[in-house]
Order: sequence, then C-alpha cells, then structure tokens
Amino acid sequence: MERIPILKMGDFLLVTIQVDLYDQLAENLESDLVNAVKKNNSKGVLIDISSVSIIDSFMGRILGNIGIMSRIMGAQSVIVGMQPAVAMTLVELGLTLTGVSTALNVEKGMELLRSKILLSEGQSYYDENNNTE
Amino acid sequence: MMRTTTLNKLDFVIVREQDVVPFRNKVKEEAVKIGMGILNQTKLITAASELVRNLLKYGGGGTVEIESVTNGRENGILLRFSDKGPGIKDIDLAMKDGYSTGKSLGLGLPGTKRLVNEFDIKSAEGEGTTVTIIKWKNG
Repeated sequence: MERIPILKMGDFLLVTIQVDLYDQLAENLESDLVNAVKKNNSKGVLIDISSVSIIDSFMGRILGNIGIMSRIMGAQSVIVGMQPAVAMTLVELGLTLTGVSTALNVEKGMELLRSKILLSEGQSYYDENNNTE
Repeated sequence: MMRTTTLNKLDFVIVREQDVVPFRNKVKEEAVKIGMGILNQTKLITAASELVRNLLKYGGGGTVEIESVTNGRENGILLRFSDKGPGIKDIDLAMKDGYSTGKSLGLGLPGTKRLVNEFDIKSAEGEGTTVTIIKWKNG
C-alpha cells in the first residue's frame, strides 16, 4: 500500500507531501505519524504541504487531527508552505484549521517549532520547581 | 439553473476511492483547456472533491458528467454528479453549515456551494441524488 514517508531528524519528524492525497493515504499518514512520534520520542512534527494543490474538508480535518493528536502525545506540530489558492479556497469552504500552527516555509516552520518546544519545556521546568516547594 | 450550451462532454464513472484522484486530474485538465485561472481551478477541484466523496459515501458510487459549457458571454466547467443511493430526506437541512448525518464536519454541501457559481441539487428518497455545479472561467 502507498504511504507517505516520515523522516526523522533529531527530535523532529519531517513529512513532505508530494502527491495529491486521497482519503486512505491521508488516514494512513495520520496513524503513521502518531505512531512515529511515540516510537522516536519526537518533540516536534513538521509537515510541508507546498506541493499539495487541493485540500478539501476531509483532508483539512486530517491535518487538524494530526495537530491535536501530536499535542496530546506531547509533541508540537507545524504545517508549512500552503499555496495561496489553497488557503483562499479553505477559508471559503469554511475550514479555518483552528488549533493547527502554520508557517510560510520550512525555515520559518522550524523556527516556530523550536520556540514552541522551548516554551513547553520551560513550562514543565517551571511546574517541577513549583512541585518541590 | 442557468441555460447553457454544451461544447464538450465526457462521462466519468466513480465506483471506488481510487477513482477520485484521476477524476480530479481530469477536471483540472478540462479547466486548464478553457483557460481557467489557478484560484478558480482550485475552488472547482475542491468542490468536485467534496461532491465526489458524497457520491461514494452516501450514494455508493455513480457517474460524473464533465462538460465545458458556455452561456454566450463566458465559458465554464459544468459537473453533474448522479448517484442511485438512498437520496436526501431534507435538502434544506443538508445545505446547512455544520449539519451532517455522517461523522464529517458538515461543510461539504454548503461549503461547495460557496466555491462555485451555480449549484443545483435534486434528490428523491430511494431514487438517488443529482448535484450540478458550474464554475465560470472568471467566476
């Protein structure tokens, strides 16, 4: 069965979607990613959708799910590189991808991911200190 | 639905999920042929993707007619999705944002309507559903 490759880079997982997704492929990606986060103890997930030319409500929901699931697993996620026409279509469709962090390109996405991880680690450090008092 | 003249027509049979990607490519091809811009292409293909999912999920598959049409002033792409599924009980309700009998977000029909220029839905319980949309080249 066709699958979208997930690359591990240090604490991060990188996914570049190079083909137009059909439903089964998107569902596989969702479960593969969540399993990969667990297996690799990943702190962040970066998904590049710059080659995706259409996102409909189903795929939008999968992207949203990936964001929420990674957060529940303790990892941060960022979606980067959305094409302008796709963004305009999504908004008109009524899908605003609430709860999903996005960035303009991979570079900015990586920056955002790092700062989100720093922030969440700072938070748990603060919590630990509070507990010892 | 507006009166149009058909310039070119082809039928596409949809029976399983794997037919969706070739179907989307075909729609894109036809849209490029009439010189539709990238934004309108994206809107049309997204709308087509929503409707073809409904066709599979609720109608158990069916056919899509892909037509290039003209109203005299402008050219456009007309898509007609027909299934022989159970039909829609309450069309007004199905057209409401956020309503779904499935587990989806309920954006499909109302969202699709916003993406295209002409939208027409006909359904009879037990007989099936036909949805027709038109996206004009510069619409």
